[in-house]
Amino acid sequence: MAIKIENLDYVYMQGSPFEKKALDNINIEIKDGEFVGLIGHTGSGKSTLVQHLNGLLKPHSGHVFINEHETTEKGEKLKKLRCDVGLVFQYPEHQLFEETVYKDIAYGPTNLGLPKEEIDIRVRDAARCVGLPPEVLDKSPFDLSGGQKRRVAIAGVIAMKPSVLVLDEPTAGLDPAGREEILSQIKSIYDEGNMTVILVSHSMEDVARLVNRLIVMNEGKVFADGTVDEVFSRGRELRNIGLNVPQVNVLIDELVARGLNINPNIYTVENAKNELIEYFKRIKEGGENA
Amino acid sequence: MLKDITLGQYFPIDSFLHRLDPRTKILIFILDIVAIFMAQTVESYVVLILFTFLVMLISKVPVKMYFKGLKPILYIIVFTALLNLFLTQGEDLPIFGYSVGITVEGAIVAAKMATRLVLLIIGSSALTYTTSPMALTDGIEKLLKPLSKIGFPTHELAMMMSIAIKFIPTLIEETDKIIKAQQARGASFDTGSIFKRAKALIPMLVPLFISAFRRADELAIAMESRCYTGGDGRTRLKEIKFTHKDLAATICFLMFFACVIFLDFIF
Repeated sequence: MAIKIENLDYVYMQGSPFEKKALDNINIEIKDGEFVGLIGHTGSGKSTLVQHLNGLLKPHSGHVFINEHETTEKGEKLKKLRCDVGLVFQYPEHQLFEETVYKDIAYGPTNLGLPKEEIDIRVRDAARCVGLPPEVLDKSPFDLSGGQKRRVAIAGVIAMKPSVLVLDEPTAGLDPAGREEILSQIKSIYDEGNMTVILVSHSMEDVARLVNRLIVMNEGKVFADGTVDEVFSRGRELRNIGLNVPQVNVLIDELVARGLNINPNIYTVENAKNELIEYFKRIKEGGENA
Repeated sequence: MLKDITLGQYFPIDSFLHRLDPRTKILIFILDIVAIFMAQTVESYVVLILFTFLVMLISKVPVKMYFKGLKPILYIIVFTALLNLFLTQGEDLPIFGYSVGITVEGAIVAAKMATRLVLLIIGSSALTYTTSPMALTDGIEKLLKPLSKIGFPTHELAMMMSIAIKFIPTLIEETDKIIKAQQARGASFDTGSIFKRAKALIPMLVPLFISAFRRADELAIAMESRCYTGGDGRTRLKEIKFTHKDLAATICFLMFFACVIFLDFIF
């Protein structure tokens, strides 16, 4: 499911004193099976951008194609598009409404008009994907904890079996443990294959170690687009637009600036540790004066 | 779609009307309504239309915004006009020589009613476009102050109103978000029979109510933790004052008002 965005512009509250250009000439192409991190701080236009992917917002100028189909299509084709691109909103637990978790997850597949058996399979499968134990399915979603509610909501989108899964700040408002868990589940959903995943976040730390491509947005424009290494090599610029690169990367950056001969593209504490150990070994053995 | 609702919205620019004391504007608006319903003759309508134009002009709010405010009421206006047109008894008014059941009196009443409604909506839009919700409720509270002597809860009423008004945009935004989220799960709110459509609203209404309750709860806690105990002894950031501008506006309006009375009763 290739995504192609061409010269996309979007303006909020057009013609009023609150007018604001949210997206400014966006050009992005995403291929099947990519794991993309979309990063930018609040108001950079990332949420607006992802709402274009399933036609919830229509471009004011430019085009968005999902597998050759433009998102401005209507009726059945739009419905098909919406189930091809599964969008999990920010704080998705706020959209739960059914009496039981099972029914809530089944809402999407039911709207697709699937047979009962198929819905049942999909609900159980989606619940397993996000790590919900089977006994939770009969509970009311409103009795669950915040983290579990969010998983129910994510399962509700996964049950529609989209070929592109878009998650808008899936870890917002969760504690570190909950965050870790959700992220690793997203990773394993991606690893199971057959899904392109787009992860929206303002936290570099969360995203950097998962994705294989990073798109950085700033003030409605694409600021950087490339592999994690390529993007982080512009660490200083990123900090200038108010984004935090992982702290360990800041440290490595500083060490390289002071003349240590080490690989500057390091974003995890684990790698940094290994690299530094290697470095000290090199010094000891060869007396290398880095 | 939901964002297109303009009635009751503040338009934050600076104009003579924006700087008036909200009490002046509220009182003028009330008297304007009285005048609109008193007006009988064509001349007095002309005076009122002139007044409305003047208000639109000095409010500096784009005319487009006023028409946007009229749009949702358009059906009601057309509907009442049609009812009046066909259901009023009187002398037959033939159209191109054919009798279609329209009477002369009906046409006059329909025109009057339509004009009245348009003037009312524009008047209320002018009030809300130029007065922030906070100023509006402050004004109402001050105007009702004498009633608190006989135990009428003016402050509570004003507080409830301002909270209700303040939360309209929040709830609209919330509704918009929930609709989108459910649409992303394949919901459609505009197809199928009426029964089906009503049922399709459940996935929207349940989360909306839950979030409204949650917000109410949070707001109450936030207010209490900042020692809110009711209206007694509360001071304001912006005291509203009656200035010479208000006096000028009042005199100007009273002249229009006198014109209407003169044209209707004395002339």
